[in-house]
Amino acid sequence: MEQSWKQAKTAFAAVAAPPVFWLLLFFVVPLAVIWAYTFGENTGPITIDFTGTFANYARALEPLYLGIFAKSLVIAGLTTALCLVVGFPVALAIAFSSPRAKAWLLLLIMLPFWTNLLIRTFALIAVLREQGYVNFTLEWLWNNASGFMTLIGLQPLGEYEPLTLLYNNTAVVIGLVYVHLPFMVLPLYSALDRMDRSLMEASLDLGAGHLRTIWSVVVPLAAPGIASGVLITFIPALGAYLTPDLLGGTDSQMIANVIERQFKRANDWPFGAALSFLLMYLTFIAIALQALVQRRADRRG
Amino acid sequence: MTDVSPVHTQADKPASPVKPNPIISFEGVTKRFGKTIAVDDVTLQIQEGEFFALLGPSGCGKTTLLRMLAGFETPSEGRILIDGRDIAALPPNKRPVNMVFQSYAVFPHMKVADNVAYGLKMDGAPAAEIKTRVAEALELVKLGGLGERMPDQLSGGQRQRVALARALVKRPRVLLLDEPLSALDAKLRDQMRSELTSLQEKVGITFIMVTHDQDEALAIATRCAVMNRGVLAQVATPADLYEFPNSRFVADFVGSVNMFEGVLEKDEPNQAVVRCTELAAPVYLDHGVTGARGSTVWVALRPEKIEMHKRNGGEALKMEDAPAGANVVAGVIRDIVYLGSETNFEVELEGGRRVKTFRSNLTRYDQEDFTWDEPVWLAWHACSPAVLLS
Repeated sequence: MEQSWKQAKTAFAAVAAPPVFWLLLFFVVPLAVIWAYTFGENTGPITIDFTGTFANYARALEPLYLGIFAKSLVIAGLTTALCLVVGFPVALAIAFSSPRAKAWLLLLIMLPFWTNLLIRTFALIAVLREQGYVNFTLEWLWNNASGFMTLIGLQPLGEYEPLTLLYNNTAVVIGLVYVHLPFMVLPLYSALDRMDRSLMEASLDLGAGHLRTIWSVVVPLAAPGIASGVLITFIPALGAYLTPDLLGGTDSQMIANVIERQFKRANDWPFGAALSFLLMYLTFIAIALQALVQRRADRRG
Repeated sequence: MTDVSPVHTQADKPASPVKPNPIISFEGVTKRFGKTIAVDDVTLQIQEGEFFALLGPSGCGKTTLLRMLAGFETPSEGRILIDGRDIAALPPNKRPVNMVFQSYAVFPHMKVADNVAYGLKMDGAPAAEIKTRVAEALELVKLGGLGERMPDQLSGGQRQRVALARALVKRPRVLLLDEPLSALDAKLRDQMRSELTSLQEKVGITFIMVTHDQDEALAIATRCAVMNRGVLAQVATPADLYEFPNSRFVADFVGSVNMFEGVLEKDEPNQAVVRCTELAAPVYLDHGVTGARGSTVWVALRPEKIEMHKRNGGEALKMEDAPAGANVVAGVIRDIVYLGSETNFEVELEGGRRVKTFRSNLTRYDQEDFTWDEPVWLAWHACSPAVLLS
């Protein structure tokens, strides 16, 4: 069995054909159809004519939709940044824990993946709503503080005003960070875990403190891991649909919610398709940027 | 017969001058990892300007000792003093020591010059001073002109020089080297050996090196500590370690040796006799052994200190510095390994014990022409064996 696939062409074709066929039939063809829709027009409730028009793209680039794109970019960017800030110390801690603890901590990070996203999102609603756990806790603290003020002879604090944590942009960002944190932690962890520990020890040995070592040695060497973590957090966050739909208010729609409305309620497939493809082009740009970072890191060895 | 050295025992040698203020002193240092004891009650003093080697098999605790000095491990018990100051409270970045790591740990994302400048920047040195000191350090390790290179454009040997320059540029009180030559190929290793010694002489900094390679330790160090299972087995100069080992472990670990178990039959101030079961003749020594008569001792004979002569029947050979019949045994050559500068023989004694003996190839054609299965006499001087009590 010393043959390469070039010698055993039939066998290779037999193995390769099913997945190629599958991808063609269920990925490339539908995508091509949707792409074709972007140049089409609605001529009836269910009929679309391919007229080669650019009107859908022109409409998608109107300020209203550009605004939603911009907002989606900002929310996804903020989500990614928060995930990085929260995820980096977590990844660092896991990478430096004992092998036993490491396995458990990684399990905990991955645990949410095994729960349905819808259930997790509704659970978050239970936490954040006005009669939710966060507000319960804050109210309890408030009342105790108020009681303490009375006790020492000061004005009581008055009635507790529950914080509005749900159905606004904050809720969307909280929800997206919660959902996407594992995507950030895992690539960061794998980059940090591979790193030669003696590099960090050398930095300490040469007089750098711990924070300085993280900044000057750990972060630059983990750059490829950070780039892939940022990418695989940013892309799904940009196209997030369920989280803004359930946690967001009227002004916190993201682009995926608009696309959904075009395909369903507005029944304007060509316009929805144009929006979808604009989103995809944005994604490609993000991937290209990540590839650039990766190549620079690779050149360094 | 070769010249006999007048120095016979450790006691005959002048005591090494112990200065009152060692640069480093370990005081009863113990390090435990869970239940295993990596370093067991080590007390050791290292003097300023020494090139000190910590020598031992892997897992003997030598690296742990070095890492405790650098601050990457903390002793479970005991104190470590640098210049008389307890350094327990000092984190690694505040200690006056710098380390050259086994993997070199050169920062791959920084230019060579930035690697060397790193420690000075951390100390907040002015930019102009950093520049000149980095240039000096690179010159010192013969890397002048390579400052703009990235580490992946350097060979392994050059990367090690970067690591050396990076540590030396900080002018530490002590330079720590973790297995500095283990990753180099044989040719480069020989070159780096002599370079390390001359570098140390030039900068005058105390060097402490960890190694498992006894040749390396003997060749480079001014003094060595042999470690075994966390315990200091012996601390001595390379020559003393080799010629006057204090235990079977040291005799066996440093160099090649023939070891015979025996009983101390006679022990007087100027002579002693050991009777070994595996040797047909008694071992006669021209000095006393401070052991109880009748106790079990071990005789260590270095292969190059055993003479070999042809045995064509007839009378037994007589060594001029031993009574007749002592220090001479009969055997048959069983194995010959030609190594160019010397030839190693394995001789089977009566009773089956095999003994190693080395002969220098002093002439291009060996006149005696020893061959396989040839009957020979093995003989040694009364001062050659080391008698070990443990």
